[in-house]
Amino acid sequence: MADAEIIPIGTRGRPGRGSGQARPSSAARGLAGKPAATKAATPRRTSTTRRPHVSAAPEEVVEQTTTEAVPPATAEEEVRPPTTTRDRGPLAGISPEAWLSMLQSAAQEVWGEQWEPQLAQLLALLRRRLTGDYEVDEFGFDPEITEKLTLALLRPIAEKWFRVEVRGVENIPAEGGALIVSNHSGTVPVDALMTMVAVHDHTGRFLRLLGADLVFRMPFVGEMARRGGATLACNEDAERMLGRGDLVGVWPEGFKGIGKPFAQRYKLQRFGRGGFVSAALRTGVPIVPLSVVGAEEIYPLVGNLPSLARLLGVPYVPITPFFPWLGPLGMVPLPSKWLLEFGEPIRTDELDGAAADDPMLVFNVTDQVRETIQQTLYDLLVKRESVWH
Amino acid sequence: MGRVALVTGVSRDLGRRFARLLAATEGIDRVIGVDVVPPRGDIGAMSFIRADIRTPVIAKVIAKEDVDTVVHMSVIATPGSAGGRGTMKELNVIGTMQLLAACQQARSVQHLVVKSTSTVYGASSRDPAMFTEDMQPRRNPRSGYSKDAAEIEGYVRGFARRRPDVRVLMLRLANVVGPHVVSPMASYFRLPVVPTVLGFDARMQFVHESDLDRVLTHGVLSDVDGTFNIAGDGILMLSQALRRLQRATLPLPGFAVGQLGSVLRQMRLADFSPEQLSFLTFGRGIDTTRMRTELGFEPDYTTAEAFADFASSMPSSSRISERAVAGLADLLPDSAHEPDPAGAPRG
Repeated sequence: MADAEIIPIGTRGRPGRGSGQARPSSAARGLAGKPAATKAATPRRTSTTRRPHVSAAPEEVVEQTTTEAVPPATAEEEVRPPTTTRDRGPLAGISPEAWLSMLQSAAQEVWGEQWEPQLAQLLALLRRRLTGDYEVDEFGFDPEITEKLTLALLRPIAEKWFRVEVRGVENIPAEGGALIVSNHSGTVPVDALMTMVAVHDHTGRFLRLLGADLVFRMPFVGEMARRGGATLACNEDAERMLGRGDLVGVWPEGFKGIGKPFAQRYKLQRFGRGGFVSAALRTGVPIVPLSVVGAEEIYPLVGNLPSLARLLGVPYVPITPFFPWLGPLGMVPLPSKWLLEFGEPIRTDELDGAAADDPMLVFNVTDQVRETIQQTLYDLLVKRESVWH
Repeated sequence: MGRVALVTGVSRDLGRRFARLLAATEGIDRVIGVDVVPPRGDIGAMSFIRADIRTPVIAKVIAKEDVDTVVHMSVIATPGSAGGRGTMKELNVIGTMQLLAACQQARSVQHLVVKSTSTVYGASSRDPAMFTEDMQPRRNPRSGYSKDAAEIEGYVRGFARRRPDVRVLMLRLANVVGPHVVSPMASYFRLPVVPTVLGFDARMQFVHESDLDRVLTHGVLSDVDGTFNIAGDGILMLSQALRRLQRATLPLPGFAVGQLGSVLRQMRLADFSPEQLSFLTFGRGIDTTRMRTELGFEPDYTTAEAFADFASSMPSSSRISERAVAGLADLLPDSAHEPDPAGAPRG
């Protein structure tokens, strides 16, 4: 036992196998076939020209080695072993056909059997993007990039990270304008993006978001928002979109809802001035209330830096249990389980456009929508077993 | 009854071309072009009178020639061409005031057509997606061309109040592009490397220069009054327009674009006024429903077509990236090669 305890681990800085001996073991020496390759046991320490004659798969060797070309002697041509440094020159030994078949099998791996049309489509798309040959609508909405890129990137987050569960999809009209009104939460408007994915995946329609003017003032964010179909939350734009028959999403709580402290979670804030109701009344589209549970927990807002926020010109600077303490890692949202429930549409087509100028009616409808969402939130919270699953 | 039209600002290419076209139009007897410098190029049947609209001389011209239609095109956008911002403002604002004062005096004047610009709506992050004619800019312009244009519109509205018998038509045009157009936007797109505002992509609309002529002629001959937005159909994003031009871009933060702009202005390469910078940042869209329903005008060119025609007048660049993708697509077996409408070069 005492002996076993002093068996050294490693070579103590000496070359050789892990036996602690200066000389390679006889087994190691036996591996080396020829006297010229006595350093076979220590390949990493020798220069690349003295690599052992490992007869591995030739393609792999070619990929890994960067050895210089050794001028071969023609006399040795017949007697040379199956693999020499000569074969390890870069790209030697792989014919163009082999490359082509490798690429083909790789393409087949990625796109399946129909890889040729798929690749052609991808190249055509790339070319369209490069030459600017695509259409945007008057709001700057680019359906192609939204469907192929933005939604495709957001979908795994919705499905795998937040495991969004959608209920009441049948309440979203299959065609024609409709206004989806939702509660807002989560410090960062992730809920709007997830709603966009959920609506597109369940109905095939694009949800057009109405955003605060801060969104459009910020670089990159504003650009992405317009490209994704968002526009400024003002009556003119809302009515224009609804009048065209688009599916419009609005979060009337705005920054009051999204930036509320964690202690006030699932308590609806004031619903703006009811502008969304008058827009729906003027265009005669139904209002679909949407209740989102789970978004409150992604970034629990436990603190705020009002003076820094004023300095930066933003509504709040959030402090969560992880942000800014963990830096970028603190920006990873917590993986809460999300429930999205679309409620029964509130019809407005029976009221005429003049009703939009009746403030009492507008307030009543606003309250009705707000109460519906709040009640559904409470119901969903009772049904929810845990925040995380 | 023959009509006599007076066109201001004919020394510049767009004004001269329109005046020549109007002179050849049926129903117009005589077209008088007025400017401080004589036009260069073919003026056709137009008769040119060298007069400064900033002076009361213009009243005498109107009275003597018995003018019944005034087309005011002498609103310039670039301080460079006028010889400085002071001169530009004087030409624009004082010129319009003098012209309108002369029109108010002259009982013969029955029609006033003013070429205004969509710049009066400004460009900001608070803008609605599309401006209709009765919307106001979200921020009142503080300087430059847009302030001039806003003041000119104010004077024109004042004139319309004082002379209710005169038909006043104001046309707010989106950016005019075409092979012959010299404007801040056109020279911007003609830069070899185009600076853009990092993190922003502006929505833009264009009017083709031939549509400008057509809409002004239509405005002179029709009996509609009021204010109308004029733009080609559709929207082009700035990034999209630059890709169609295959022009190299240089994205810079907003303030750096402004500084680069003043350098370019000194080099007389391009003109970057603050309002153009905000337009390049936020863009603007104008609603043209009333152009169709009330004015009864239909542009020949959509925004994209007008821009394509403008782009075709420029030397095409190398398009390396596009050629690489096209070459890659050609490598594919023919069975996979679908007919690709995107392949048509765009100038």
